[in-house]
Amino acid sequence: MDKLLVSPSPHIHAAVSTRSVMRDVAIALCPAILVSVLYYGWSELLVLAVSVASCVLLEWAITRWLLRKPSTVGDLSAVVTGLLLAMNLPCTTPWWVVFIGAVVAIGVAKMSFGGLGQNVFNPALTGRVFLLLSFPVQMTDWTVPQGFLRNVDAVSGPTLLGKVNELGLAGVADVDYLQTLLLNIGGSAGEISALALLLGFGYLLVRRVVKPWIPLSIFATVALVSGIFHLASPEVYTGPLFNLLTGGLILGACFMATDYVTSPMNVWGGVIFGVGIGFIVMMIRYFGSYPEGVSFAILLMNMTVPLLNRAFHQKKFGRA
Amino acid sequence: MPTTIIWTIAILAGLGLLLSLVLYLVAAKFKVEEDPRIDEVEKVMPGANCGGCGFAGCRAFADAAVKAPNLDNNYCPVGGNEVMKQVAAILGFEVKEKAPQVAVLRCNGSCVNRPRTNVYDGAASCRVKAALYSGDTACSFGCLGCGDCVAACQFGALSMNPETGLPEVDQEKCTACGACVKACPKQLIELRPKGPRGMRMFVSCVNKDKGPAARKACSAACIGCGICAKTCQHGAIVVENNVAYIDPAKCKLCRECEAVCPTGAIHGVNFPKPLDKEAVKARIAERARKAKEAEAAAAKEKEENNG
Amino acid sequence: MAKVTFSIGGVHPHDTKLARERAIEVLPLPQTLYISMAQHLGAPAKPVVAVGDRVKTGQVIAEPGGFISAFVHASASGTVKSIAPRADLAGNMVPHIEIAVDGDEWVEGVDLSDTLVTEIPSDRAAVLDKIKACGVVGLGGATFPTHVKLNPAPGSTAECLILNGAECEPYLTSDYRILLERTKEIVVGAAIMQMVLGGCRCVIGIEENKPEAIEAVRRALTELPYDNIEVLPLKKKYPQGGEKQLIDAVMHRQVKSGGLPISVGAVVQNVATSLAVYEAVQKNKPLITNTLTITGDCLPVERQHNYLFRIGMPLSYIAEYAGGVPAEAAKLISGGPMMGRAIANLDAATVKGSSSILYLRADTTLRKAESACIRCGRCADACPMGLEPFLLNRLYKAGDLEGLEQASAHDCIECGCCLYSCPAYIPLLDHIRQAKGQVMGVIRARAAAAKAAAEAAKAAEEAKKENK
Repeated sequence: MDKLLVSPSPHIHAAVSTRSVMRDVAIALCPAILVSVLYYGWSELLVLAVSVASCVLLEWAITRWLLRKPSTVGDLSAVVTGLLLAMNLPCTTPWWVVFIGAVVAIGVAKMSFGGLGQNVFNPALTGRVFLLLSFPVQMTDWTVPQGFLRNVDAVSGPTLLGKVNELGLAGVADVDYLQTLLLNIGGSAGEISALALLLGFGYLLVRRVVKPWIPLSIFATVALVSGIFHLASPEVYTGPLFNLLTGGLILGACFMATDYVTSPMNVWGGVIFGVGIGFIVMMIRYFGSYPEGVSFAILLMNMTVPLLNRAFHQKKFGRA
Repeated sequence: MPTTIIWTIAILAGLGLLLSLVLYLVAAKFKVEEDPRIDEVEKVMPGANCGGCGFAGCRAFADAAVKAPNLDNNYCPVGGNEVMKQVAAILGFEVKEKAPQVAVLRCNGSCVNRPRTNVYDGAASCRVKAALYSGDTACSFGCLGCGDCVAACQFGALSMNPETGLPEVDQEKCTACGACVKACPKQLIELRPKGPRGMRMFVSCVNKDKGPAARKACSAACIGCGICAKTCQHGAIVVENNVAYIDPAKCKLCRECEAVCPTGAIHGVNFPKPLDKEAVKARIAERARKAKEAEAAAAKEKEENNG
Repeated sequence: MAKVTFSIGGVHPHDTKLARERAIEVLPLPQTLYISMAQHLGAPAKPVVAVGDRVKTGQVIAEPGGFISAFVHASASGTVKSIAPRADLAGNMVPHIEIAVDGDEWVEGVDLSDTLVTEIPSDRAAVLDKIKACGVVGLGGATFPTHVKLNPAPGSTAECLILNGAECEPYLTSDYRILLERTKEIVVGAAIMQMVLGGCRCVIGIEENKPEAIEAVRRALTELPYDNIEVLPLKKKYPQGGEKQLIDAVMHRQVKSGGLPISVGAVVQNVATSLAVYEAVQKNKPLITNTLTITGDCLPVERQHNYLFRIGMPLSYIAEYAGGVPAEAAKLISGGPMMGRAIANLDAATVKGSSSILYLRADTTLRKAESACIRCGRCADACPMGLEPFLLNRLYKAGDLEGLEQASAHDCIECGCCLYSCPAYIPLLDHIRQAKGQVMGVIRARAAAAKAAAEAAKAAEEAKKENK
């Protein structure tokens, strides 16, 4: 080096970057993706590929031609959004519906707010909810296609939560909880295996990418609320274990509610955020017209994040 | 069904009426009486809220102008004499006209003139860089090139020239609000009178180092040699702390200083013709010769008178 | 014993103490020394010699320029060649005294032997005078004059003297080496300061990554006759050596914002300062030497050194002696990689507080391009002062001075944890440092205005009285 570098301190940096953080999230999603691809086969792979490709391409195109700024696809956040969006969709979703979801996720929820770090709502969830409201038929088609590891006749039918919503508790009288924990065929990729998701979340915890407070408070609230209702009238309301293990709760709590940008930064803010999500989820599941409410709950609580960030601050040194 | 619709309309209309009444009452109760002239003055202001007048914004300026006994201390550099005449008319004051000014960068240390001695790797901010060290060249007085002035300019009058690494002033857009002057941690930007038809002279350097050090750092530095001051017939140039300064009030735009400056630190801008250095130098030499002759003649005469 | 540390924030950079096994070597004298007049916090010193004067090693060449200032001594014998501004390591011009060295002829009355003097003098004022006369300043980084710090304002009492041997910055090993090689002198220095402070408790805090140093000090304590001095192993965490953090770790007390350590009964001194105090009080030797590490990630271990240098040696002289600047070095740093200053001018002279020349490779130190904040909160988690750097950065950019003061920008200790941990490489500390300066300016201006108003009121009152 012929000329010396000069800069203010510090002169070294931790081995962390936005890219490495996003890469870790993508890695953490891999077990669940693997399980879903093995069991849903090509159609799941297609949904994943279309979703990731359209999210990345859209972000690239928007930065290039609309914002005329250097491209930000290198930070891999679009990849994570694409993966999460795909994991929230039935594997039978037509490719053009997936693409519309990506347009809403990246174009509307993310880039129109100014890109990564500026969005108020979780992009993948926004895309998913838009599709749910616009294409109700495609979005609730839980046909199970031919997978790589499974060779049974295609079954079609509502998810466990859907059954409860339609038939009441009688619809899920014979639920095997071990089965729901390990492998819960029927539903979107993000619902298929609680264990795979928790494995990925464990990786995020070990890598110190996220902190456990938000998911823990969501789980605790869901368990508490459903516990109270279930105890009060067990023949009407499903119990805590059922509510924890079914639907998109684990995916939502571990991967969507912990999104840095749309969750509070402070521990206590995070706890309130999580309690809010857990409560809204249970209200929608028990009293709403939709069988599942995780997406709505997270999006609703996303709106409170600026307020929570304002209300809760770090404890300062030397100021009692 | 129709009753539902009627009820809905009735309730919403009632609610609207009620709330508008509340709004009206609150507005009436908390109304602040203001001098109506403040609004009038604000209307004629440029509305840039740049703070160049020393107040927080155009409204604050209008407020101060209305309350002040005269306009001596209140002047809007952006609106200039035109706007101030209107303000004076509204308020019934007299206005002192001021010569229009323009921001001038007093550094000529382009990448070619001033070689880099190290590479700065911190935040792209002149303030941060200036607080850290003397800069990435051997000149500790010159432009740091991070563009704090460009960021401070609300009128788009400043831009960084990637070739020279220096900011450039668009004199058409510059309103002389002084935001860049405040933003520059090296105090390199000066507001100078625009001059007749924009013609003006200035020393584009503030390096206070001794000649050789200044020259080593930058080939276009003012080395404080003082030739310009000696040449100037109007007493407009002073050399202090090894750096020359041209007093715009005294400068007659003869460009002789520009012609004699050995490093090219003195700049003349907006002159219709390019400077013919040799012609000007010849003129100076001719004048010197004549002066010498006159002196000799005077001496002779004196001698004769004495004799 | 359970190891302790400070309670809020902190980061864990790899300690990379590459030069830890290298014993201290003495550097030969150069031909010329350049002794800076601004080597300490506070007013610059005023030269008391003239060009052409012959000076001896240890002779006073400049006197304090104010209450918070320090004496400066010649670090070798020779002739004063010039007294003129010279560029420091940041390229800023600072007055220096240039000495053409002709040898090492010491002034009278300095004990140059190696004999350990363990007897502690009992005259407090005399000891303080000696510390002041020998130009001792804090060698932990801030270079605050030691005699001022050891003489707390009346009404405040020291409960605990904390000796800072944390050396939490990566790479640096000079404190570690003196803890191993000059253990007893450091302990005697601590005992002297303990006496000056009225016989309070003394704790020597050392991070757990230096077990040999902890062991050495323990052994020295059993061999020396002093009471009430103990070693406290600390968990490894940066910035443990920060004054407020160390007090928190050792005493579990937090110094209030804007307060001095003495307000919670603490006085913190670096181990190198303790050594300087020993030499000043027991040996009459002024502070003209210090220990410095030559290290970096582009140097093989055999080219890493710990040197005893004379203050005023140019950095370039030391670098040359150690084998020159390695070709891969992209950045040269004086001090540690977290808080040290980048060297823009290698010809700059060493000062009392110099602790290293650190060579870093481009890929270790070059900052990556800044990207958007992803609101991960790592900076807030890392800040040992419990501040929210992302918020301070935003407020600074908006020019919101009131907001900055409310968010306590002035509490920042500039440790660098925020920028170190930011995945978006936002220059948080660069901006917060500016914000801190601005807020301090506002606070100072307000205090000055309040003082002026109070004085005016007082004067008016007196005038009223007189009129009556």
